[in-house]
Amino acid sequence: MHAAVDVPKLDLTLPGGGSLARVCRRASALTLVDLEGGANVAALLYLAKNPLERYCMPDTLKAQHVSRLTSGVALYSDMGRVLASIVHDSCGWHDTITGHTTPALLAARWGPRSYQQARNECRRSARELLLIELAKHGLGPRDLIANINFFTKVAIGADGELSYVREHSPPAASVTLRFELDTLVVLASTPHPLDPDEQWRPRPVGLVIEHAAQAAEDDPVRRACPENERGFAASEATLL
Amino acid sequence: MSTLAESGRDPALAWLECELPAGEGWTHELAAGSVLRIVDLHGNQAVDTLFFDAHNYANRYSAVDTIREQGSTYLGVGSRLLALDGEPLVSIVADTCGRHDTLGGACSQESNVVRYGEHTRHMHACRNTFLAQALRWGRGLDKRDLTANINFFMNVPLTPDGDLDFADGISAPGRYVELAADRDTLVLISNCPQLNNPCNGYDPTPVRLLVWSGA
Repeated sequence: MHAAVDVPKLDLTLPGGGSLARVCRRASALTLVDLEGGANVAALLYLAKNPLERYCMPDTLKAQHVSRLTSGVALYSDMGRVLASIVHDSCGWHDTITGHTTPALLAARWGPRSYQQARNECRRSARELLLIELAKHGLGPRDLIANINFFTKVAIGADGELSYVREHSPPAASVTLRFELDTLVVLASTPHPLDPDEQWRPRPVGLVIEHAAQAAEDDPVRRACPENERGFAASEATLL
Repeated sequence: MSTLAESGRDPALAWLECELPAGEGWTHELAAGSVLRIVDLHGNQAVDTLFFDAHNYANRYSAVDTIREQGSTYLGVGSRLLALDGEPLVSIVADTCGRHDTLGGACSQESNVVRYGEHTRHMHACRNTFLAQALRWGRGLDKRDLTANINFFMNVPLTPDGDLDFADGISAPGRYVELAADRDTLVLISNCPQLNNPCNGYDPTPVRLLVWSGA
């Protein structure tokens, strides 16, 4: 358990094409705000004290019988614990099954643009940004996992066909994660690989980090299904 | 993708043929150009499978890249199973089942506890088989390499509303899938021991594996 400390709320802006890695403590909340609309944030989660334990897309989906993320959904590690809960969402659908841009994809779709050409308007794929942030924490390509794409909806048809939904996220759309365990969060604010925009237009994202009450006994994410009650119990058991 | 395509390959010409019992693992280097057939001998048997670039295990099968680039969540004939570098490791060249899952993941002791309760903690699970295979194979393979897998013969339908289900299999005795290696590929298989959902029809059974050389 962490002693309560009186830390002011952090209010950051991640510029379009930016990246960040930060440990978010248990009983804190991270709100992502799509400042202009049309943002996409590729996100990876790892248990801070042992990053070998990490967000697991398949376990998250099958525990809760969902194929998309929204409020009420718990984000599971691959060891059966809840790392974070989505406690607020104005968007209704965040993708976690279609990955992120690579250098080859970016070059093929939008064309490369180097630092020499464009200074800090240079184009870097989510893959490059995520790997740099992971490397700062001693992690590497073998630690790449299926990511979350906040603010992106890729609709799923009756036969499994995928279609990117344009203008899914309006300006000021927001989603809030409450952390159930200390979690290393890695973010890259880059366009989704299926974004049909002919221009490479990464959007800025607001990040608000603040204290949050721990999940109560009657917390709606905990109570969403028996699976989540067991997942929360597994997280809380590590605090003993 | 539900196109069915039979194979013309003659089992008598396969240079490797073996039966893999339920709950067992198999590790094999598939040389570029060779073909692996997995036969669901008794029907509705999930075959959890990992693929790696044989020359760089960090470059492994990526489910999310594969489904995005093919524009569909299910795997079938014509699916190119992409590595993290965006290039295919293997491609599905024959299939008499029609649909294979790659979003349901592999079962583990920990996920079993979440899904079914504490009484399932010590049941056998695919990720234990994968770890045992990785340890036996050596060469640095470990838990970090257990990322996205395919569940051959498993049916995990997704709905337009954003739901997901574990449904009765659409496989049947004798159905098979064939994978041609686009490059040298390391294959790890766990023949799933899951007893708590319909993925194995509540009765895990053996599968047959055949390998033809590319020449």
